[in-house]
Amino acid sequence: MIQSLPMALPADRLESHLPDLKPRLTEAQAKAEANRCLYCHDAPCIQACPTAINIPEFIKRIGTGNMAGAAETILEANILGHSCASVCPVEVLCAGSCVYNRLGEPPIMIGRLQRHATEYAYDRGLRFFQKGRATGKRVALIGAGPASLACAHELTRLGHEAVVFEGRAIPGGLNATGVAPYKLKAEEALREVAYVKGIGFEIRTNCLVGRDITFDQLNSDYDAVFLGMGLGPDSMLELPGEELSGCVGAVAFIERLKNEAGFRLADVRQAIVIGGGNTAIDAARELRHLGVPRVTMVYRRGEAEMSGYAHELLAAKQEGVELRFWAAPVEVLGQGHVSGLRCEETRLSASGRLERIPGSAFTLDADLIVKATGQEKLASLLSGIPGLTLERGRVVVDPATGQAGSSKFFAGGDCANGGKEVVNAAAEGKRAAQGMDAYFKAAGRPVAREVSVR
Amino acid sequence: MADLSINFAGIEAPNPFWLASAPPTNTGEQIMRAYEHGWGGAVWKTLGTPIRNVSARFAANDFAGQRMMGLNNIELITDRPLDVNYAEIREVTRKYPDRATIVSLMFETEDEWKENIERSIENGAKGLELNFGCPHGMCERGMGSAVGQEPMVLERITNWVMRYASVPVIVKLTPNITDITVPGLAAQHGGANAVSLINTIKSVMAVDLDTMVPVPNVGGASTNGGYCGPAVKPIALNMVGQLARHRDFSLPISGIGGISTWKDAAEFIALGATSVQVCTAVMHHGYRIVEDMTDGLSRWMDDKGYRTIQDFAGRASRHFVNWEDLDMNFKVVAAIDPAKCIGCQLCYVACKDGSHHCIYLPGDGTGKAPDTGFDRVPYVAHDECTGCNLCSLVCPVENCISMVEVDRGLSPVTWKQFTAGEATLPAYAYKH
Repeated sequence: MIQSLPMALPADRLESHLPDLKPRLTEAQAKAEANRCLYCHDAPCIQACPTAINIPEFIKRIGTGNMAGAAETILEANILGHSCASVCPVEVLCAGSCVYNRLGEPPIMIGRLQRHATEYAYDRGLRFFQKGRATGKRVALIGAGPASLACAHELTRLGHEAVVFEGRAIPGGLNATGVAPYKLKAEEALREVAYVKGIGFEIRTNCLVGRDITFDQLNSDYDAVFLGMGLGPDSMLELPGEELSGCVGAVAFIERLKNEAGFRLADVRQAIVIGGGNTAIDAARELRHLGVPRVTMVYRRGEAEMSGYAHELLAAKQEGVELRFWAAPVEVLGQGHVSGLRCEETRLSASGRLERIPGSAFTLDADLIVKATGQEKLASLLSGIPGLTLERGRVVVDPATGQAGSSKFFAGGDCANGGKEVVNAAAEGKRAAQGMDAYFKAAGRPVAREVSVR
Repeated sequence: MADLSINFAGIEAPNPFWLASAPPTNTGEQIMRAYEHGWGGAVWKTLGTPIRNVSARFAANDFAGQRMMGLNNIELITDRPLDVNYAEIREVTRKYPDRATIVSLMFETEDEWKENIERSIENGAKGLELNFGCPHGMCERGMGSAVGQEPMVLERITNWVMRYASVPVIVKLTPNITDITVPGLAAQHGGANAVSLINTIKSVMAVDLDTMVPVPNVGGASTNGGYCGPAVKPIALNMVGQLARHRDFSLPISGIGGISTWKDAAEFIALGATSVQVCTAVMHHGYRIVEDMTDGLSRWMDDKGYRTIQDFAGRASRHFVNWEDLDMNFKVVAAIDPAKCIGCQLCYVACKDGSHHCIYLPGDGTGKAPDTGFDRVPYVAHDECTGCNLCSLVCPVENCISMVEVDRGLSPVTWKQFTAGEATLPAYAYKH
């Protein structure tokens, strides 16, 4: 059944029990922090931002009390500036490049200042962008995550009609279903969707491409198609016992935590999270915040090899997450429900290959095992689309336009970049909209490469 | 341990830190508390025919998150009966005979001056300060700065006072004039024993953009007030310095204007003051600030080998000259320490937009900036640098940009010597 918004979330969701670890700044805090910004020339923070928000400018505007101007500066560059303010890994992006780091002083709290400005605009319903003059061009966007939302917003500004198709009941993609709740809660993600959609484009929820509507239908009804469907389900480990209850995929688990009414962690005393990426760290931290007494991360390599951010890992340690490095899971143990995880110790061989150490097996007790070793690519849907080149399951696009080859298909977000941040998806979605605009203007000819997001 | 005691025009005090005549010296109770904190003296809130005050009275100039860079007030002189003030003066001078308790006066007629000079002295005043400076309210009644702005009137009233005063008399000068040396010399001609400066600067603090009423808001209207606090220090330093170096001026100077720390005080003394008066810093932080003032000044004097205040008083005065006496051949250029640079490039944009554009960036196409290993370090083209200082002033990192003297092998030549034909100057290279 095809149904449009309302985007109602059930009450009594577990995520609402989690704190907001970076709460809104007070007026006084924001002003003091804004005044600390040096207002660098050619600022490194702008260069570090995938959406190139003019950060010193918006901070200056907060400092002078021009709050609406600050919000517009942010949203002009990145219409998802509200969620990015809370979910961006600023430590490795804007704040990580702040010149104060070189001075041995804390960097500017750019994310929190950004949220301060976007909250101001949201609280007052301030809107800065309008629908462009209608061009008659129609674009279908697959998936209502950050990439498609940014793309649809930009398309609408440029006068093209955008229709977003979302298989779930709620839009927002991982912002609504996957982001750690202590950074952003689902209702806040939906608040942003409503704001972005307010410019005037359509989102059809409960409308999964391939189930409720065919790709061929979109291909024939629309002038271009944006692929923003993200990644597939959690990867399987192919271990004995993986089917036992209590052994869950991280993305699916976090989605239940964020969206499902009445979901509870009944009597979980010992949880294991398998993986060394940011989703693994998120899951581990969430479990600790929800009161699970013992949470252990199991990773088959060492700390230095982890793909998760160092600042996230540090926070996890501070919150009491235990770490078990150089350990590879070999079997999920239990009768009906999981009772533990059997692992073997690992090491690097002389040739640098990861190998298991014979006779090193050990068992960790657990009543919950969360697998966070990556997501499948949506290869089945993508491989059916003519003219796409896939590389390790990702859609290959022109980095300047988001265009897949010379087709009418454009892509952005996790399905094209393999799984990056919300801010990358926002940048890529906007870039693709501009790429499509140039594509339409060139009357279907492949577009030149000079289009870029800036 | 340095000796901070002073003898200012015959008024002795254990240290040069006095409270200026203002709200912090409104009552005897306040002054006695201040003395307990260690203030060397206090100039009593100006006595005159009691007035009535309005509400509100103060407004502040904040800057980039810092409160009270400047303060202004529209409060007038004492609003308490003279009898009450004199009783309290008596109590304070009896309890604290070692402190410089000075009474500030502002009256209209010679008879009033005579009576109140006598009463002040009877009650123990160590000196008198004549308020010829207040720029708001009282001046519209022909007093305060209305006197300070008319050298002849100032001299005449000083003359009256000197007839009756048997304690040292300090004339407090207004900065709301063109040349501070004119009223300064008038005070000297009138027979005053000392001057104090500056009083507050006529000012409007801000406009409330919602109500369109300037501040402070007194029932929907405002008026000009007197500006003081850290922001006025440079103006006060100039006036103190101009007067102290004037060849015909020989009176002791009590320096006032934005003094908040022992360093500020030391600067006023170095330029020619021999006591200082403080108000805004106390209104901001309380009497306790004197504890660091005396301690810091004493330690600094020990470090420098100055035993007494007189040892360094006026030391900077000889280096305070007219423009035409500066050495035209002296040259400095900016040098950026790449190891300290954090790459904010504020120096670059300041030099480019705000000065003479002698700083370049790596990769800017000019090829002037060398590779320092950190691609955000700006480069100063020394052959183009005018030595203006601006880059070093905007740099947020201490000692990252230094101004380095360039030895051009030229003897000092002043503009005065050059225009008099006494010396030549090399060809002038202006920035193309």
